[in-house]
Amino acid sequence: MKKKKHHIISLMKYFHDFCGVEWLFYDLGVDEFSALWINWSSFLLTCFCLRYLLCTVGSVYIRSKEAPAKDVLKDLIEMCRGIQHPVRGLFLRSYLSQVSRDKLPDIGSEYEGDADTAMDAVEFVLQNFTEMNKLWVRMQHQGPARDKEKREKERSELRDLVGKNLHVLSQIEGVDLDMYRETVLPRVLEQVVNCKDEIAQYYLMDCVIQVFPDEYHLQTLETILGACPQLQPSVDIKTVLARLMERLSNYAASSAEVLPVFFQVEAFAKLNIAIGKVIEAQDDMPVYGAVTLYASLLTFILHVHPDRLDYVDQILGACVKKLSGKGKLDDSKATKQIVALLSAPLDKYKDIDTALKLSNYPRVMEHLDNGTNKEMSNVIIQSIMKNRTYISTAEKVEALFELIKGLIKDIDENHQDELDEDDFKEEQNSVARLIQLLYTDDTEEMMKIIHTVRKHILTGGPKRLPFTVPPFTFSALKLVRRLQSQNENVSGEEAAATPKDIFQILMQTIEALSSVPVPELALGLYLQCAEAANDCDLEPVAYEFFTQAYILYEEEISDSKAQVTSIHLIIGTLQRMHVFGVENRDTLTHKATGYSSKLLKKPDQCRAVYACSHLFWLDEHNDMKDGERVMLCLKRALRIANAAQQMANASRGSSGSVVLFIEILNKYLYFYEKGVLQVTIDSIQSLIELIKQEMSGENTTADLSADAFFASTLRYIQFQKDKGGVVAEKYSPIKAEFAETS
Amino acid sequence: MNFIIGAFKPACHISVSFSDGKSRKQVPLKKENGQTLMVPLFQSQENILGKISIEPVSGKKVEHNGIKVELLGQIEMYFDKGNFYDFTSLVRELDVPGELYERKTYPFEFSTVEMPYETYNGINVRLRYVLKVTINRGYAGSIVEYQDFVVWNYTPPPAINNSIKMEVGIEDCLHIEFEYNKSKYHLKDVIIGKIYFLLVRIKLKNMDLEIRRRESTGSGVNTHVETETLAKYELMDGAPVRGESIPIRLFLSPYELTPTYQNINNKFSVKYYLNLVLVDEEDRRYFKQQEITMFRLAETS
Repeated sequence: MKKKKHHIISLMKYFHDFCGVEWLFYDLGVDEFSALWINWSSFLLTCFCLRYLLCTVGSVYIRSKEAPAKDVLKDLIEMCRGIQHPVRGLFLRSYLSQVSRDKLPDIGSEYEGDADTAMDAVEFVLQNFTEMNKLWVRMQHQGPARDKEKREKERSELRDLVGKNLHVLSQIEGVDLDMYRETVLPRVLEQVVNCKDEIAQYYLMDCVIQVFPDEYHLQTLETILGACPQLQPSVDIKTVLARLMERLSNYAASSAEVLPVFFQVEAFAKLNIAIGKVIEAQDDMPVYGAVTLYASLLTFILHVHPDRLDYVDQILGACVKKLSGKGKLDDSKATKQIVALLSAPLDKYKDIDTALKLSNYPRVMEHLDNGTNKEMSNVIIQSIMKNRTYISTAEKVEALFELIKGLIKDIDENHQDELDEDDFKEEQNSVARLIQLLYTDDTEEMMKIIHTVRKHILTGGPKRLPFTVPPFTFSALKLVRRLQSQNENVSGEEAAATPKDIFQILMQTIEALSSVPVPELALGLYLQCAEAANDCDLEPVAYEFFTQAYILYEEEISDSKAQVTSIHLIIGTLQRMHVFGVENRDTLTHKATGYSSKLLKKPDQCRAVYACSHLFWLDEHNDMKDGERVMLCLKRALRIANAAQQMANASRGSSGSVVLFIEILNKYLYFYEKGVLQVTIDSIQSLIELIKQEMSGENTTADLSADAFFASTLRYIQFQKDKGGVVAEKYSPIKAEFAETS
Repeated sequence: MNFIIGAFKPACHISVSFSDGKSRKQVPLKKENGQTLMVPLFQSQENILGKISIEPVSGKKVEHNGIKVELLGQIEMYFDKGNFYDFTSLVRELDVPGELYERKTYPFEFSTVEMPYETYNGINVRLRYVLKVTINRGYAGSIVEYQDFVVWNYTPPPAINNSIKMEVGIEDCLHIEFEYNKSKYHLKDVIIGKIYFLLVRIKLKNMDLEIRRRESTGSGVNTHVETETLAKYELMDGAPVRGESIPIRLFLSPYELTPTYQNINNKFSVKYYLNLVLVDEEDRRYFKQQEITMFRLAETS
């Protein structure tokens, strides 16, 4: 036996099965029972075998109803004391529990006894439980210390044998709330507390919580909670309590009808006090343990007292107290729990407003390390996004920014480069999206929000500004447009917020980008503002924005590609501006064409220049139709295209693409159609000829896309001709047969 | 069974029958050759009466110098085997000298026979009761026939029967308190008791309760003591902790016990002891022996 000690558990199990032969004895009478027992004991059977058989016979004896179940059980349980060997004792008693569970003198059972019958049944199970637990605990102290781990493993394999008793107790019909409160729970807890064993205490507390009904727990909260601080300091009490609260939370969530009971027993107050005590008693409890407890309690509150924000805040406050003096946490488990703690209210209320009302919320967040703080901020933002909550007052915005300040600015300037570039972009994109949700229909309040947002994003430093300024700009411009439409409706009333003010703010904000620097972005934003100003009929403002854009173009944008993009942006915006007087407009268009012709590459020059032609012909504005200058631009573009062609010839020995010519041809056609008199049939015709000639030229490299482009342009002409009516008349003189080139 | 004349062809058959033989209780008796036979059971002061019939082998006559029957109570010590000491001897003459031709039946009667001692088969001593029929023949040796019977004497339950309670131990090592519910047990009794562990500093492996019989024979310097363990019952398996109390429930009926015999005819004594044995993991034994008195209780049936 000694050598095979590690097999002992499986051996026990076999024996267990072997002895389940109750039925063999069913036909025996009482005398035969006692004869059997008497004989067996003289066989010099081991104490253990004998007790096993005794339990078997005893259970049959009860079944025969020759003696009251109560007495037989009492006897059996007494006799089992003979087995003090922990494992064998456990199996024996577990066997006893198994054969007797359907023979307890429970109320309503066929073995029911006198008035105290349920108590007898309970007493039996309780006693067996107590003894089994003692044996189980004792296992820990047997054998050499070096096998401790192995023993713990063995023990945990056997724990269900002990726990089963609690399950049996919970199944006893006669265990009503009173009996549970007066007898069962106190006795079980007494055993749990007194056994002073970490594994047993943890397991059994959990068992008690799991096997008995929720309403019992609710009614006996004080008792079970009272036991918690008395457990060994090493017991994972937080998980136990967390499970309890989880159960109660689920119970509360299961039906609204049970909620009054929660109030009646003051469940929250009791839990709160108990948790306080546990945290106090277990001085060395890791921070994450405490936080886990708070998180569970919080979940409980959210289920039971969803209306009591003060409770939530109270918990967060307690948490802050526990964390105070600890600074930033570097325990990943703890931070994880804090994230859970902080996320719970967000998930529950689906409304950031609520979280913003919790004064302790940001204080808890402060204890997160920078990374987690950001993560939490992200969670908050995600929650806002998901629920599409609009943050509608400046005050809340202020609070929100306080919460997510980890994303808004560098908290610790010393190490900011550790962050992955992609992650940074990701989080800043979230912030950008968030800014869109800081919104209210109340323009006055919205103005305040804009002020607040601006204040915060300007603290973000050059890395964040490119992400935050654009959404801010657009958000502000949105307000501008709203004010504009309001002004149209209720004219004359002096509004607190005027577009002018906003533009001022924007001017300053975009200026901040110069520190980054991201001139292209800033230029785009200036132009956006200019366009908005245009719509508000604020010529000086629009002009100012344009000026800023031009300055940026001249001073900051030196990259030729960027220049091309920017100049097209400028031209496009300028084309839509109608607010400018002749003089201002001239200045700006002049500048724009100037920039265009100064681009580095000829094709870019060419394209910018012909784009400029649009600046002089605005359909809706008759005072902005200047065919001369349109033609001037186009001709200039043609010249540049020629020059480009020649340069290509010179440098590579083959002429460049004819695409530029075809593009210019398209512009010709556009303006021709628009009725620019300076664009004549002849000029179009000669351009077509020119292109044909170029394409058939000897040095021409085949360019399929150019061919296709030209072909479709010609098809367009043909299509217009076929249309009939005025348009066709206009087009008919143009000869546009496409000559097949060899 | 008739070992004395076993070598000869018997000249006649002798049979002994008790007048209440059909209704009298029979109990097993172990003979010397190891065989067990059922024999009638008597107690002291009973009348022993019956018939003896003698039937000569057909066609033969048996001459004799007289026929008698003796009731003998004998003690045989095994170191002095074959030598019986008769503590009781009663004789009844059945016939005067003469001849037997045919079957003849003689009634006999021993009234209110004093049989103070019980039949006992021990290791070194045997106590037996026997009816001895002798047909005296001068020349050819006597014909002898024996009939065994068993005597049991019943005792009323003792008026005072205290429990045995005792605290024993090894200082700072092991302290236990044990309790047996009685000090006097009848043969079909149950020993009920418990062992309470006050202090356990050694690692116990198990605990047994033994019933030991101590048979002493002879006297003075020649006293010979033989002890045998009749029952060994495991009370406990494993190591208890302080405060544990282990129940005892030992049924005596399966064991072959006798009452306690105190100085039987100055020849021998039989005493019973309960021996509580604790064994530790190094197989060291700690024990405490307590004498108990056994007695035979009249059966109610």
